[in-house]
Amino acid sequence: MPGVKAIRLPQLVGLTIAALGAAIALIFFYAPIDANQGLSQKIFYFHVPIAFTSYACFGWGAWKALRYLWKRDERADLESYVAIHQGLIFGSLVLLTGSIWAKISWGVWWAWSDDQLVIFLVLFLFYCAYFMLRYSVDPGPARSNMCAVYALFGVVLVPMSFFAIRISKPFLHPQVFSASHGYAMTGAMFFTFCVALLGMLLLFASLYQLELAGKRLDAHLRELRELLA
Amino acid sequence: MSPSEKYTAAAYLVVFVALLAYVLIIAAKLQRLERDVSELTDKVRDRQRVHGTDG
Repeated sequence: MPGVKAIRLPQLVGLTIAALGAAIALIFFYAPIDANQGLSQKIFYFHVPIAFTSYACFGWGAWKALRYLWKRDERADLESYVAIHQGLIFGSLVLLTGSIWAKISWGVWWAWSDDQLVIFLVLFLFYCAYFMLRYSVDPGPARSNMCAVYALFGVVLVPMSFFAIRISKPFLHPQVFSASHGYAMTGAMFFTFCVALLGMLLLFASLYQLELAGKRLDAHLRELRELLA
Repeated sequence: MSPSEKYTAAAYLVVFVALLAYVLIIAAKLQRLERDVSELTDKVRDRQRVHGTDG
């Protein structure tokens, strides 16, 4: 995140808290209650931004993987790993909040007939396997190469997951954004959604920087311990 | 509380609990790192003491 790098972590966390606080206030006190779904539609304001953020995490992980393969920068390997780890955390939340929303809207926790759900699950499991690969190979250039190639392959599933909603025949999953009709919500709903999305992206940036700092500190300490041994 | 309210509250609670769990994990990791740093500091101090006695 080139722009984020210049911002210090405490400032980033402050911005995240402000954006998420504003999002919660807008969701419950500003955005109107949906005429069809009622109060449960408010899950949308967290569920969809979390899904978009998980796509951003996997995309960022793939970009860092490409940087590793291109520049052979070891930091990019760690950054790719951390971004994918964050993507899985956000991905788990997408599945959990989506299941709850499905139960209240469709009466089931999961629908195998919905392409969007199944492709997202495939994407999630694909990145779970990334960790199996990473921890089954000894650290070194070979592991970094394999993980980078795997992360690049996985990112292909992101546009598939995003567009599956548009190509799937039974439109069980609500189609909020479409090229032909724009966005199917009021201005207040769209504004609330944008603030929630900003909050989630900032949350990713904060957690990414925090985890990265911890991993780097861990690596430095390991090196120091080896030097002192 | 209607079922709709219950499910909405549950969805938001899941996100909140996940965030809390993440903060707890990071806090535990920070404590471990703090222990490691103090252990390494002690090692360096011991070394300096030994070198000081030798010299």
